[in-house]
Amino acid sequence: MFRRERSIPLRGSAAALCNNLSVLQLPGRNLTHFGVVHGPSAQLLSAAPEGVPLAQRQLQAKEGAGVSPPLITQVHWCVLPFRVLLVLTSHRGIQMYESDGSVMVYWHALDAGDASLVQAVFARGIASSGHFICVGMWSGRVLVFDIPAKGPNIVLSEELAGHQTPVTDIATEPAQGQDCVADMVTADDSGLLCVWQSGPEFKLLTRIPGFGVPCPSVQLWQGTIAAGYGNGQVRLYEASTGTLHVQIDAHARAICALDLAPEVGKLLSAAEDTFVHIWKLSRSPEGGYIEVEHCHGECVPDTQVCGARFCDPAGSSFAVTGYDLAEILRFSSM
Amino acid sequence: MQPFCTFTGVLNDIISTMFNRKFMEELFKPQELYSKKALRTVYDRLAHASIMRLNQASMDKLYDLMTMAFKYQVLLCPRPKDVLLVTFNHLDAIKGFIRDSPTILHQVDETFQQLTEIYGGLSAGEFQLIRQTLLIFFQDLHIRVSIFLKDKVQNSNGRFVLPVSGPLPWGTKVPGLIRTFNNKGEEVRKVEFKHGGSYVAAPKEGSFELYGDRVLKLGTNMYSVNRPVETHMSGASENLAAQTQESIAPNPLAKEELNLLARLIGGMEIKKPSGPEPGFRLNLFTTDEEEEQAALTRPEELFYEVINIQATQDQQTNEELARIMGEFEILDQPRRSASKGDDLLAMMDEL
Repeated sequence: MFRRERSIPLRGSAAALCNNLSVLQLPGRNLTHFGVVHGPSAQLLSAAPEGVPLAQRQLQAKEGAGVSPPLITQVHWCVLPFRVLLVLTSHRGIQMYESDGSVMVYWHALDAGDASLVQAVFARGIASSGHFICVGMWSGRVLVFDIPAKGPNIVLSEELAGHQTPVTDIATEPAQGQDCVADMVTADDSGLLCVWQSGPEFKLLTRIPGFGVPCPSVQLWQGTIAAGYGNGQVRLYEASTGTLHVQIDAHARAICALDLAPEVGKLLSAAEDTFVHIWKLSRSPEGGYIEVEHCHGECVPDTQVCGARFCDPAGSSFAVTGYDLAEILRFSSM
Repeated sequence: MQPFCTFTGVLNDIISTMFNRKFMEELFKPQELYSKKALRTVYDRLAHASIMRLNQASMDKLYDLMTMAFKYQVLLCPRPKDVLLVTFNHLDAIKGFIRDSPTILHQVDETFQQLTEIYGGLSAGEFQLIRQTLLIFFQDLHIRVSIFLKDKVQNSNGRFVLPVSGPLPWGTKVPGLIRTFNNKGEEVRKVEFKHGGSYVAAPKEGSFELYGDRVLKLGTNMYSVNRPVETHMSGASENLAAQTQESIAPNPLAKEELNLLARLIGGMEIKKPSGPEPGFRLNLFTTDEEEEQAALTRPEELFYEVINIQATQDQQTNEELARIMGEFEILDQPRRSASKGDDLLAMMDEL
């Protein structure tokens, strides 16, 4: 059972995007950072354990050509071995900041290149893998940036080709050992999933085809891929083989966000149907394959949820954002 | 001419202007989302494409209604591709108004073809992006609309009700089932869970053909039963800081936007009531005094700005727009029609 905690007010309402909430947990400092996209700006704020807001900052998408100010597609904290960077993707490019958003350390402008007049050009999908930060593009390409331990000397090291349609989300986890070397999954608007092995050169291990709907959100846990789809389904696959193991008719509308509490194998799914569900992932003792159990469902009345994250590694609390809502809703277990 | 014929004339004028080939050509060009100012300017021009006139307050109210109704339709689309079905519902209703005018009917059908050509083949992901972009335009608008409040479609805080029951989008199964498979793809387990809603599968997919059952009710005539036309201003707009920031920041690309508007509006013919035939003024309030009062008490954050052509440096564009704008005058005609908004709407429904 979960109860509503005190909400954190936002300066600007959340935009109707997917994965529109990033949370950086800093248990050592008794702080939690939240990041939400409003539209042409994104808001970062930090809060104390009871949800008391402490500081806030607004970031803008870097300007460029066009009639209106560029829109931000996603904001996400990347935890690397020696530093934490905040990455902001927009319809113009990729901006990287120190974790508090105070200093921009890198700017990568998008090259519209082969985009036809009717194609929207943008970057979307952000994840860190070791000392790399991977960012997806409208073209389906995934850019891999090599991040130094400190300073702005960030280098674009590779461009991965695997997708033909805009990337939606990227998930990573530390490699699980010899049996499963897959440590990154990328998803796109056609529902295709690409499974990768990171390294000085990333290697495409396997592809899991889509079925006509986008896959807006994806997670990776102990060699299992959890993917949320535009038709409300959550599917779990074995990362190394791409085999489908679980299919959940989870939501009545498109899923917009998934999150994981890796310590306990809890999965959070949120959708435009106003519901947030929590699932428990485990390995069956007999076959060793993945099993899922439903733990909890929460309705956020009259709210098209657009972002949801666990706020602690044990998954005992989570936060939610909704389109047009100027606050971050918080829930914690009783 | 009798008032009734004048009324048909008004509808025909507005619809034929809206579906004018040149205008549609401009609309279909790939472009970014319009600013609120730009859309309001185009809307104003369209609303005055006939001999009908509206004062500022009634114009604002009409625009509020249109905006909130459209926001409702986009927000509640079960699947992103349904925004196209909503558009087709709009076209179907419009065709009903101009049944007896083959020329205009043909214009609307042509537009239908264009929509199908351009949007018919888009993927679910592309429609998702379109819908998300449209929702950015409507972000933070919470004007309360009487008909929505009465129908319990909108809450008193201006937010729309999102039901957790009813038909699912086409392609979505009823939530509540967890199926587990083994390595060979065989189902080994089936478990139900309580999902909290009360949904039913969609009976069939809406038709994207020129004629067909759209299935979706969004985008059909809200006023098929005679209803009042009120909107409520107080507490309508939240997060002013975020909203006004957009309009205050100087737009260095105002010129480009003006060029866009000049091309769009350039093809529009402005109707001026000629000779003894009077124009007629549409008042969306119950009395003229109420209309005046509404204009005076409208909250500042809800002032609609229409593009000010004097702001541009470009002499040529300025002259062109000045010429177009100059042909347009609000004529102070004696009231011929009923000043009650609902009577006129009732007349419209009878057509």
